[in-house]
Amino acid sequence: MKSFFDRFRSKKTQPLAGQGNISTVPLSDQQIQAVVTQDLHFEPSQLISGSSQSIGRQRDHNEDCLFTFSVSMGGEKHNYPLGLFIVADGMGGHQFGEVASNTAVRTMAGYFLKRFHPYIANPSETIDEPLQDLMRTAINDAQKAVMQAAPGSGTTLTAALVLGQQMTIGHVGDSRAYAIRSGGRIDALTRDHSLVKRLEELGQISSEEAAAHPQRNVLYRALGQGEVLEPDIFTSPFPQPGYLLLCSDGLWSVISNDTIYSIVHDATSLQGACQALITAANDAGGPDNITAVLVQLIN
Amino acid sequence: MGSVYRARDLHFPNVVKLVAVKEMINRAPDPLVRKTIVQNFEREANILATLNHPSIPRIYDYFSESNRSYLVLEFINGKDLEAIISETPGFLSEELVLSWAIELCDVLHFLHTHKPDPIIFRDMKPSNVMVNLSQHVILVDFGIAKPFFAGQKGTMIGTEGYSPPEQYRGEATPLADIYALGATMHHALTKRDPRLEPPFSFGERPVRKINPSISDELEAVINTALQYNPEDRFPSAEAMKEALVAAGRKTGILDRIGGATTAVQTASGIKPLWTFQCEDEVRGTPILYEGAIYIGSYDHNVYSLNVADGKLNWKYATEGGVVTRPAAFEGDIYFGSEDQNLHVVSARTGKVVWTYYTEGRVRSSPRIAEGHVFFGSDDQKLYAINLMSQRPSWRFETAAPVRSTPFIANETVFAGTENGDFYCVDFRGEMKWHFKAKMAVTSSPWVADGVVYFVSLDSSLYALDAKSGFVIWRFRMGKGSISSPYLTEGLIFTGSADGCIYAVDARTAKESWRYKTEHQVSSSPVIYKDSLYCGSADGNLYCLEYRTGRLRWKFATKGPITGAPLVYDDIVYIGSTDHILYALLA
Repeated sequence: MKSFFDRFRSKKTQPLAGQGNISTVPLSDQQIQAVVTQDLHFEPSQLISGSSQSIGRQRDHNEDCLFTFSVSMGGEKHNYPLGLFIVADGMGGHQFGEVASNTAVRTMAGYFLKRFHPYIANPSETIDEPLQDLMRTAINDAQKAVMQAAPGSGTTLTAALVLGQQMTIGHVGDSRAYAIRSGGRIDALTRDHSLVKRLEELGQISSEEAAAHPQRNVLYRALGQGEVLEPDIFTSPFPQPGYLLLCSDGLWSVISNDTIYSIVHDATSLQGACQALITAANDAGGPDNITAVLVQLIN
Repeated sequence: MGSVYRARDLHFPNVVKLVAVKEMINRAPDPLVRKTIVQNFEREANILATLNHPSIPRIYDYFSESNRSYLVLEFINGKDLEAIISETPGFLSEELVLSWAIELCDVLHFLHTHKPDPIIFRDMKPSNVMVNLSQHVILVDFGIAKPFFAGQKGTMIGTEGYSPPEQYRGEATPLADIYALGATMHHALTKRDPRLEPPFSFGERPVRKINPSISDELEAVINTALQYNPEDRFPSAEAMKEALVAAGRKTGILDRIGGATTAVQTASGIKPLWTFQCEDEVRGTPILYEGAIYIGSYDHNVYSLNVADGKLNWKYATEGGVVTRPAAFEGDIYFGSEDQNLHVVSARTGKVVWTYYTEGRVRSSPRIAEGHVFFGSDDQKLYAINLMSQRPSWRFETAAPVRSTPFIANETVFAGTENGDFYCVDFRGEMKWHFKAKMAVTSSPWVADGVVYFVSLDSSLYALDAKSGFVIWRFRMGKGSISSPYLTEGLIFTGSADGCIYAVDARTAKESWRYKTEHQVSSSPVIYKDSLYCGSADGNLYCLEYRTGRLRWKFATKGPITGAPLVYDDIVYIGSTDHILYALLA
């Protein structure tokens, strides 16, 4: 080993006193930890969100409603981020649309807050009911409240309950939830309960025809309509890294998915992204009320 | 909308002449539009007045007053089909529905061949079909009393669910009535209201899947009527009636022919590649390791067999029954026995390397990870034994025997106990969270994508968030289960003591299919390529298509099967309580 180094040195160095052959000793674990870069992980995980709304350019009042709620807790045990995010788009004339969407959102939010409240106060008060069942009950309660407050009206309802790494989504109507991930990937997580979507799924019409169809706003399922409600409820991992976007059709039917992706990608904050999305929809004509809620889970 | 009243015609004061009075409230805001509606109404009333058919109610009079219009009709003494469907417990009989459908085809044919213009009913659905006291059908509501909806933006309709796709494009032809009749029959036979499902999704709910007592012939007629493209349906109500009559004739004369039309190999058609006879029941599951099959038996032995021909390599005797599945690691085979020990034996020679003694029988199968072997014992502890030192790194105390095989994921250990507790323990032996099911969790959990799935004797399949222990969903089966779930492609498979093998969507907790065997399913399913393999206490090993639950073949052994199959290289290995380990072509 010594002669190898000699070839590179201009002059020979004296061997260190007392050391004939230099032998290496393996580093201890602590010594290695000190120099190896660690994966940085901060506690606690957090759910952050931004939201924005606009009446649009062609309507005279706002029948959309949104709600966001998130809890971060740091400490020794039971640190699971908890969040609830809801978008609702009301319909039915005589201002009943507003009443419908707001009633649905408040009823659902109130229900979840009531159910989670004991757990937040005391983590051993675990919730025994499955999260999907809670979502189903919340939607049913919202349905009853809407039918009482504004009979004959209706509203869409798309809600995401995030606990830990999993999000449980309850959905009725044609507002949408999207998972936005890097690399241009933007996927609709929910299925529109609209007639044209169904015709499109069956190959009866193309997506271009669906976008221009005279009955594209006709829904076959909405909150407040009909006796029995069958919402779509499912659970999947929160997009990580990535975002969850909830929005009304005033956004997604007016600007393309690619536009949504690039706006979110280029924005420097969640709030900024939401505001830019609203602006883009208004610039494209703003035919309907516009609502966007953007959520991120930071580990 | 308006109401229908039962009224008395006072033109005949000396008798009680009952009529039905239908009221329509015209809500159109524009006076011109309102006038047009009334004119349409009168025109249609005139047409109805000329129709003479036993299944069409007679019209006696019509009149309008301010914004309301009234129709005076023959009073039908009976109930509508919608009420009949919801009030009848269980399914309606095929004969009854068939007879109604034939009469409906008759009246549709009558309307479609009306001169000068064919009349398309356009509103066929159970609430518009009355059944009178002599079980004859009468079509009601000829669209006259339909209110006018302004087509505002954001309008909703509770979609009829019975209307065909072309009706939404405004292109209704007589073939639309055929579709709607098929939809009505589908609802009547399955009791599933199409208005509660996505439109045009009848194909996802075949009649016989929901009501297996319906004949194939009748299902075929309904399927033809429900084709999306009008040209694929029956060309006329007459043609549909003929098909219905033919179906009725067939099922009326012959005994029901049950079973699938696809070829199903029965037990006699399948011969095992080899078999190996033990001295007692084979209750556990085999493993394959370096060219040999290792399997334990209730005869206290663990056998090593040559994978190709089933010849014995060696056998190792313990002092108790071996019901667990062995684990293999670096040349050694690990397994527990009812003699309370964990045995570690050389794979090649069958000679013992070391053992570990617990205070209870070991019925839980060991799992090896991170230099440790994890297993549970009837002494109520979950053990983590260091492979090098052969000493426990920790022992986790529970309150009941641990028979479930632990699942290791992300430096956490998941296991259930016999009193329903389910634990998530970290690698230091500290409990992270705990969930209590109502009854024993004997089977092994499955963890994927941050969710842990397991079944309990309380009849539920649970999905819990692996990190926090929150329950995400719960799927109820008919009876308790000790079958370990298996997850692939978003579907979770398990068996139950109610005799069924279930396939459940892992995201939505909705049942995808179920397959009924003739006895309890305690064995655990295994997926290989596109088949599912599972044994049942009825003695059969079933091979089903995992996406549809359709039977491919079944193989009969002479005793209940409780262990899970092992499938490798196109061969399925399964042990049975008839003492034999079988090797079959997959």
